[in-house]
Formats: sequence, C-alpha cells, structure tokens
Amino acid sequence: MKLDSKIPEGTLEEKWSKYKASCALVNPANKRSLEIIVVGSGLAGASAAASLAELGYKVKVFCFQDSARRAHSIAAQGGINAAKNYQNDGDSTYRLFYDTIKGGDYRAREGNVYRLAEVSANIIDQCVAQGVPLAREYGGMLSNRSFGGTQVQRTFYAAGQTGQQLLLGAYSGLQRQVGLGTVEMLARHEMLEVVTIEGKARGIIARDLVTGKLERHFGHAVLLCTGGYGNVFYLSTNAMGCNVTAAWKAHKKGAFFGNPCFTQIHPTCIPVSGDHQSKLTLMSESLRNDGRIWVPKKAGDVRKANEIPEEERDYYLERRYPAFGNLVPRDVASRAAKERCDAGFGVGNSKMAVFLDFKSAIERYGHNLAVKLGVQNPTADQLKDFGKQVVEEKYGNLFEMYEQITGENPYEVAMRIYPAVHYTMGGLWVDYNLMTTVPGLYCLGEANFSDHGANRLGASALMQGLADGYFVLPYTIGAYLSKEISVKAISTDHEAFVTAEKAVQAQIAKFFTIKGTKSVDHFHKKLGKIMWDKCGMARNEKGLNEAILEIRQLRDEFWKDVRIPGTNDELNPELEKAFRVADFLELGELMCMDALNRSESCGGHFREESQTEEGEALRNDDKFSYVSAWENKGDGKYELHKEELIFDVVHPSARSYK
Amino acid sequence: MSGNMNLTLKIWRQKSAKANGQLVTYPVKNISPDMSFLEMFDVLNEELINKGEEPIAFDHDCREGICGACSMFINGQPHGPKKGVTTCQLHMRSFKDGDTIVVEPWRAAAFPVIKDLTVDRAAFDRIIAKGGFISVNTGNAQDANNIPIPKIDADLSFNAAACIGCGACVATCKNSSAMLFVSAKISQLALLPQGQVERIARAKNMVAQMDEEGFGNCTNTGACEVECPKGISLENIARMNREYFMANIKE
Repeated sequence: MKLDSKIPEGTLEEKWSKYKASCALVNPANKRSLEIIVVGSGLAGASAAASLAELGYKVKVFCFQDSARRAHSIAAQGGINAAKNYQNDGDSTYRLFYDTIKGGDYRAREGNVYRLAEVSANIIDQCVAQGVPLAREYGGMLSNRSFGGTQVQRTFYAAGQTGQQLLLGAYSGLQRQVGLGTVEMLARHEMLEVVTIEGKARGIIARDLVTGKLERHFGHAVLLCTGGYGNVFYLSTNAMGCNVTAAWKAHKKGAFFGNPCFTQIHPTCIPVSGDHQSKLTLMSESLRNDGRIWVPKKAGDVRKANEIPEEERDYYLERRYPAFGNLVPRDVASRAAKERCDAGFGVGNSKMAVFLDFKSAIERYGHNLAVKLGVQNPTADQLKDFGKQVVEEKYGNLFEMYEQITGENPYEVAMRIYPAVHYTMGGLWVDYNLMTTVPGLYCLGEANFSDHGANRLGASALMQGLADGYFVLPYTIGAYLSKEISVKAISTDHEAFVTAEKAVQAQIAKFFTIKGTKSVDHFHKKLGKIMWDKCGMARNEKGLNEAILEIRQLRDEFWKDVRIPGTNDELNPELEKAFRVADFLELGELMCMDALNRSESCGGHFREESQTEEGEALRNDDKFSYVSAWENKGDGKYELHKEELIFDVVHPSARSYK
Repeated sequence: MSGNMNLTLKIWRQKSAKANGQLVTYPVKNISPDMSFLEMFDVLNEELINKGEEPIAFDHDCREGICGACSMFINGQPHGPKKGVTTCQLHMRSFKDGDTIVVEPWRAAAFPVIKDLTVDRAAFDRIIAKGGFISVNTGNAQDANNIPIPKIDADLSFNAAACIGCGACVATCKNSSAMLFVSAKISQLALLPQGQVERIARAKNMVAQMDEEGFGNCTNTGACEVECPKGISLENIARMNREYFMANIKE
C-alpha cells in the first residue's frame, strides 16, 4: 500500500483555502441521516463532536471517565499558541508555522503545520466567544506570555489552568448539543474494538464500565480522539486512565501507526519521591519565563540551594544556549538536565534533579512593583514581598501545587525538577483529511501523529486538539461523507458487529481464566521501567534490542500470570487496566522497533550513536527525512512504510538555539 | 524507613448500587508520609489483590487536583482535612502514626453509589446541558479582542470557572445542595459580556434542572465554601439568587 498524504496542490498559503473552497459538501437534509461516532471527549473530541452536531450530524460521544469534562486535556497548564500578533512583536502565521516545523526538528508535514498556524487565531476567537475567561491586561485586552522555542509572545492563558478552561469551553458546547438532543453522550464507556465493513470503519464495540455489558454502535464514520500513550512508561504526567487501547485496536484493524518512538519528555516535573509513586506532576513550562535553571558548579555539592553563592552556580541552559537561555525547546532542556545529573551535578536526595529558581525574578518584579507603587527606598523585605506578590499572581496555583506535593515552599527555596514523560508526538498515521489508512476512521488531537514532528513546542497541544476538532475535521469529513449519503444506517446485527463483539468477549474470558498471581500494576510498572531505561531520554541499539526481548518476555508472563479480581458484570477497574496494559505491552515493542530503525537523533528521539561533539542531537536528513508508518501484520509482525517529507518552503538546517 | 506510619482504615464497601454497604476495617502498614492518599489506596488494593480479595473501587484520574474525579469523604470531610486540595493532592504527612481514618463515598440522593467509593455525578452534566454555555456555534466568533473585558470581571469570572465539578459542595452540605456548583457556572457567564444574551434563560433553566435532580436548597451554612478544593466563593450563590430573582421578574 502506498501512503498518500493528500496534501492539496498550490502554495502553502493557498492549500487550505483552496481545499475549503473546493471540497465536497453534504446538504443539511443528508447530514441529519449521517451518524458519527466520536471516541474521547478531550479538546479534540469535545470540539469535534459539538461542531459536527451544530452542522446537523447525529453524533454519539464515548468517554471512559464519569463525565466528558474530566478528559485529561483538563490538566494542561501553561497555555495555547495562536498567531494573533496582539503584542506587535513580529508574529505571523508564517512564523508560527516556521517555529513549529523547526521545533519539531523537520519531521512534520509543511502543509499540515501551515494549516494549523492558519486556524490558530480562530481558536482564540471561538473560545473567547464561548466565555472562556482567558487572562487579560488592565486595558481589557488579552494577555500573552512566551513559551519555549519561540522569540515572540503568542501564548494565551488562564493562570495555570488553561487546559481546564479551554476544555470546559468545549465541554459546554458539547453539553449544549446534548441538551438539544443532537449528541448522545455515553460516559463510563470504553471502546474496545473498531468494526469495519467492506474495508470501511462502520462502528465500535464499547464496554459499559458500570454493568460490563458490551454494546454495538454504528456510525458512518468513526473519530478517535483518545489522546496520547505516555502511560506506556507507567510514570508520566498523564492521568491514570490515559491509554492507547482505542488507537491500538484501530491499528490492529489496519490503521498504520506513525512515528511511535517520538515521545516528549518534559523538562520541568516534580522528581520521583519513592517506589509508591503513581504519577508525575508537571510544573508548567511557563515557569521558565521567570525561573532560572541551575545546578552547583561542584559535583556532589550537598548544600541547600540558598547556601550556594551566585558564583558557584551553573546556569547551564543560559551557558550553553545564550540566544534562547531557559526557554529552549523541551527536548533540549530535558537532555541538558539529564546530562548534568548523569555527570554527577544533580541535587536533592536522589541526585536526579536540578534547581528551578525564582530568586532573581522575585527581585526584578519587586523593584518594578516598588517603582509602580511609588515606594521610595524600599527595604529588602519589602522588595521581596512585592516580588512574591507578582510571582503569585502569575504562577500562584503552580507554586501551591508544588508545595502540596513536596512540602517545600518555592517562594523561599528553589524548586527541584526533573524531566518526565509528558506527550507523544507519535500516533495513528493520518492524511491531510485526518483520516487514517482505514477509510472512514479518523484520528484527531494527540492520538494522531500529524503536526509536531519529533518534538512538540509548549502550548501547541491545546492548539492542535482544538484546530482539529473545531476547524479542520468538520470540513474534511464532508469530503468522505458526501459519498456516503446513500448508505443507510447498518444494523448492529450485521455479522461484522457480531464477530467484533465475540472477539472482545473472548479477550475478557481469557483474562478471567488466567487466575495468575500478579496484579496488572505489577506488569505495568515493569514495562514502564524497561521503556524508561531503554527507550526514554536516550536510546541506543544495544538497549533497544534488549528492550524488545524483555518486553516480549514480560508480555508472555502477563498472559500467564496476571490476576484479575471480580467479574465482568460490574464496575471492575482492574479489568479496565488489564485491557490497557495488554495493549501497552504490544505498543512498547513497536516503539522500540521504531526507535531502533531510526538511527538518527531528532527532537525528543535521541540516539546516542548520533550526536555532535558538543552532545547535541544529530539529524540525518539523507536517510531519515520520512514519517515511519507501521502496518500491523498480525502475530506481532510489523511492516514499515515510509512517507517522504518534502520541504518546499523551510529548508531543514541544523536546529540551533545557541 | 523512619517516619513511616501504621494506620487503621475504615472504608465503605458496597458491591453495587442496590446492595447494602458497610464500613470494613483494614490495617495498613509502613505508609510513607510522602505518599498521596490515593497512593496509599493503591498500596492497600495491591495487598487485597495479592490476598485474593476484591480491591476497593474509587474514582480518580489526573491525580493532580484538576479533573475533579476523586471524591472521598475522609473523616467527615470531603477530600479530607486539608483545605484547598482534592483527595489526590492530600498527602499522608497530614496524618500521624496510629490514626484511624474513616473513608466514605459522597452521600447525596442525587449522587447514587455505584460501587464502594464510586458515585454517579451525571446530574451535574445534565444541569450544564440546560444552560451552562453560551450558544455560539463554531465559526460565529468575532475577533477575540473586539470586546475589551475589565480585568476585574475577567478575574472574577475565572475564579468562578475554576470549579472542577467534583461535588464536594454537595457532599458536605447538610441539605445536599448543589448551589455552589450551579452558581459558579452561572456567575462565570453572567460576569462576562458574552454571557448577557442568555442570562435569563440560563438562570431559570439551570436552577430548574438542579431542583429536578433532587439537590436540596441552600440555608447559607457555608460549609460548601469551606470544603471546596478550588475556593469557589459563597458570593456566587448570592449572585445566582439575584440572577434567578431577576429572571423571574423579567419574565
């Protein structure tokens, strides 16, 4: 099968507008008889579902949480990018496009990314119209801040809860449609199989998580908006329920998986405190606007941060990357932290942490506020109080969160941070229409592979999720559905539904017959450790080969020795976890295979064999300027397909933030 | 490890919505003060699974205090003894060695128990579906800076919008009132220029659905504000009452 990305002809600036002007439409009467299934209710799912229902389609939405409002988009802290140029600092659609392509280390499609940048401004308009209370200046205008990998201020935010506010905006749009009867919302439902008929996606099998009943649902098209798979590492900043199951089932039904090894390790997370740890908490990238990252100049220094004088501190990001300093992209910042810790300069009990320090920001803001308030000759204590006030206004909730978890007050002592798994750039391969290699099966948001290349820039995940859901898919799905208007709703008694349901039933039965001795978490933790050690921030051929064997062995053990308590006919969280971990145990292997194949370093994917003398990632455009799209051939076999990346406008160069 | 604790947990176990429930006692040992409350539950559940018993069902997801899924009533307080946090943000350093901790589900007629500590909060979604939105279809919006919004209004609106929909307000209220939750959404939108058009219908319809779901009335005890993990202010209830009153006059 040849991959066709279906990028429209024309110059970058023309592609999307020409596409919109010429794509097929579905008339309102026909929309009413077309049914669409949306799996997942995060930014991508909720925005797509609401927008499609507004257009007149019949929509069913599924989420495993108890309410659509709890999807993990809600936890995004820092902000959302948009090329509004409200700050008059030289931003433009082109610049957002360029920053995103470069930030992604030239492993994303130009056409998709330009479209993303183009619709970014509409997203802010839409959200403000919905009543999303984004931060404002005293003059009543929207406020912006900067994020890593850019030199303009284009990030819109709502304190440290931007994801929450944007999701609740999309959720309100969704609930409005539920109230109007155009969306049927099925919470506490988990999709466990895609149903295909004559090669097209025609529905899903979902399990009602409260009763355990398997349900068949028909749709003329199916949208997977099911988020990323960072939980394959067990410890990540993802919510406990985040999983790959929907995407993986689709993969096994013919959807190719794009760039599975592209994982984002976020530089600023609260370090692991012990074996009991169940998840890691992010400290927003926005903190790098004002916080300075450093380690002691002396290896093994055990003094507290406040006891180490200025001249004995190594602000290593400012030293290595003077142009971007603390605001280098995430992959660069994470690797630099790992490098310092591996070299023995780490801090804290575990020595696997670096300082994120607000001392100079507090001083700077203190002076500013004193001048603004007209306080003459302020005392040192006054200055500190003023500074703290300003910092609290900007980052108060993040500081509180830090204190709750660590028991330390970050206004007084420097935060300790370390990188953690945060986002997956990889995902189901989709074309320009956001359609997977299975006709009628779409994939939106983090679940697809499309826009971020090998590294996502901060504040771009929210942008992509909402771009896909509000402004891209509602157009592109018409191109497909316009040819489906004569297809009547297919009965769920159809043999394809029966077979799919039986397959799920068989898997459930198998889980309960194992009656092993170890919990699901036991296997999940082991898998996570293999992935983190061998397919994490740095990867090499030997480690990846070992990881593949270890994962296969672990998978065998899982299917022989896992213990699922309870029954299928009730709320059974252990059974839910078993489904998810079973899929992670397959995905993990594919991630290692993909990482092994890509023997270059790019973005978040760092192959130790491919680095410059200074330890920077070394790309190999001659050999690897392609998207890896893996086809599942069954029985643990995969075939690699390559989609060449063509750069007409931005010419790949060594990515430098120095 | 020094500083680790041994505790006695009394946890509500209930097989299903229809079954009778009861408090069951579980001793837990060697709990680190750095664990979160839910991580302590993970440890207990792992032990139960290893012993061949059924683990305790409880809602949780983000474990960073923002999704609103976790919902335990701990020693008579929703989300436990610490102010301004959800259960997932409660750490064991808030307890001491030898403590007995009673853990129950949210108790409210409108939040029926599904199993153990898991309850059904779909009533909140149904209330939002009646008016917790601005009716703007995708593509209708004007430029986001066309309507300047005074910072003070934007901030107040944001403070109300910070509600995570966990239901602690209902659980702690002696009347099982949902007024803090409903008023937070009504306030968020009433404070913004975009929310003016549907102001009357919103107040009436959301309040009607709230009553329909079986939530109680407000008697101004203020427990909801005290227990709200996001510090949603009681002022929102006053604002909602004004909105509702005005809506009925204008009708």
